[in-house]
Amino acid sequence: MTFVSITAATLAKDIRLEWRSKDAINAMLFFSLLVVVIFSFAFDPTAEESRRIAGGLVWVAFLFAAIVALNQTWARELRNQVLDAYRVSPAPTNPLFLAKAFGNFIFVSILEALMIPLFIAFYKLRALGPAWELAPIALLGTWALVVNGTFFAAISLRTRSREIMLPLLLFPISIPALLGMVNATTAVLTGEASARFWIALLLAYDVVFTIACLLLFETVLEAE
Amino acid sequence: MKRGMSILAVVTALLLSFALYEALIGAPTEQTMGNVQRIFYYHVPSAWTAFLLFLVNFVASVLFLIRRDTKADILALVTAEVGVVFCTVVLVTGPIWARPVWGIWWTWDLRLTLTLVLWLIYVSYLVLRQFSTSSQTPVLAAVLAIFGALDVPLVYFSIWFFRTQHPAPVIGSGGSLEPRMAHVLLINWAAFLCLAWLVGWTRYRLEVAKREVDEAQALESLLESPR
Amino acid sequence: MSYLYAAYLATWLIHGTYLFILARKYSKLRREMESLKK
Repeated sequence: MTFVSITAATLAKDIRLEWRSKDAINAMLFFSLLVVVIFSFAFDPTAEESRRIAGGLVWVAFLFAAIVALNQTWARELRNQVLDAYRVSPAPTNPLFLAKAFGNFIFVSILEALMIPLFIAFYKLRALGPAWELAPIALLGTWALVVNGTFFAAISLRTRSREIMLPLLLFPISIPALLGMVNATTAVLTGEASARFWIALLLAYDVVFTIACLLLFETVLEAE
Repeated sequence: MKRGMSILAVVTALLLSFALYEALIGAPTEQTMGNVQRIFYYHVPSAWTAFLLFLVNFVASVLFLIRRDTKADILALVTAEVGVVFCTVVLVTGPIWARPVWGIWWTWDLRLTLTLVLWLIYVSYLVLRQFSTSSQTPVLAAVLAIFGALDVPLVYFSIWFFRTQHPAPVIGSGGSLEPRMAHVLLINWAAFLCLAWLVGWTRYRLEVAKREVDEAQALESLLESPR
Repeated sequence: MSYLYAAYLATWLIHGTYLFILARKYSKLRREMESLKK
């Protein structure tokens, strides 16, 4: 079996399993909705102001939703001693990592797709800059959170207070990506600046850390 | 070993005292900011020392992953801890300097912000070391250190560009530095480097001893057979 | 300027706190070594 086919098979299995136990998905979807509503109550700006701060609000909301999803990344594997099996076998571990990362990416994207229309409605958002740029920003930004999140979730497996350890490790390292996501989004919404630099930064971030995760995942897995 | 440490301790004490004198009295008073500018002689060397310590941490972490040598792991731990201490100094002296000069406690000054992010990254590193229940914590910590180090240039560029869009006061000497001031700055840096070396060395020996004791304790509880 | 002294004092307080923490670790270690020798 090739690398790609193993990754695809693992991903398909994960999606199937998640789809069967819909409670987790539903709970997270509802949580995302709650986050948007709470933010809207907390920050109630005019349409003019909202364009300036929406970038930050949206991505912080995505970040919270992503943490909830990321925290359960390895739960199933942990329960069924899958990781021990990987440690013992000579099988390559990167397909496992990529499948998990892609799975998280798909899932967080679904959460985002749900939250965005709500944000647009609550904040009367309208992009004054090139709106199409929001697509690469969303893609690159989400991958930045998910790739490191999946990796740090694995590191956090054998720690006390596992659920708090993941965001604790993820947030500091994600700061440049967060700056990128937020400022790029704000640039596009306000149309006052170009998001080019930030998109380039996000791309660089994604490349650097995807490579780092792929190179070091096996080390982390064996270290558990 | 012990003699070397005592010599270092004496040298450090002397250098620090001399450096302090130079900073408070020897150095000329700055024109625009006045005496408050003298904070610079503690703020900047602390930043440079912290960055150097974190660089050593990165090298030690990589070495550990390659060779799995315990000494490299202990060095990584020590440089992270001492680095965080120096980082804290930077983050405290920065605002104390900014307040009288700019009237604000915080500014998105490049060096200050970079120091803040580094502080966060390395505190999270120390938290991982503390909270990890894995027997292979050193490996996990080394991986995290590498991720942190990879992050640094990205942090630098993101803050740099952010500042071009949100201009903010620069905490620093600003333009060129008078040679006499540069002299005092370097003396203080030398003094703080010696301090870092002394404290780091102490922490290193402490950690070596601690690990030996932990091992002995583990062995003892293993040998104690239940009656 | 009081800000100047505050900054210098803060610096030494921070270093002092860390050294104090190290001293505590050391005495704890000493105690453990004693109990092991028994």
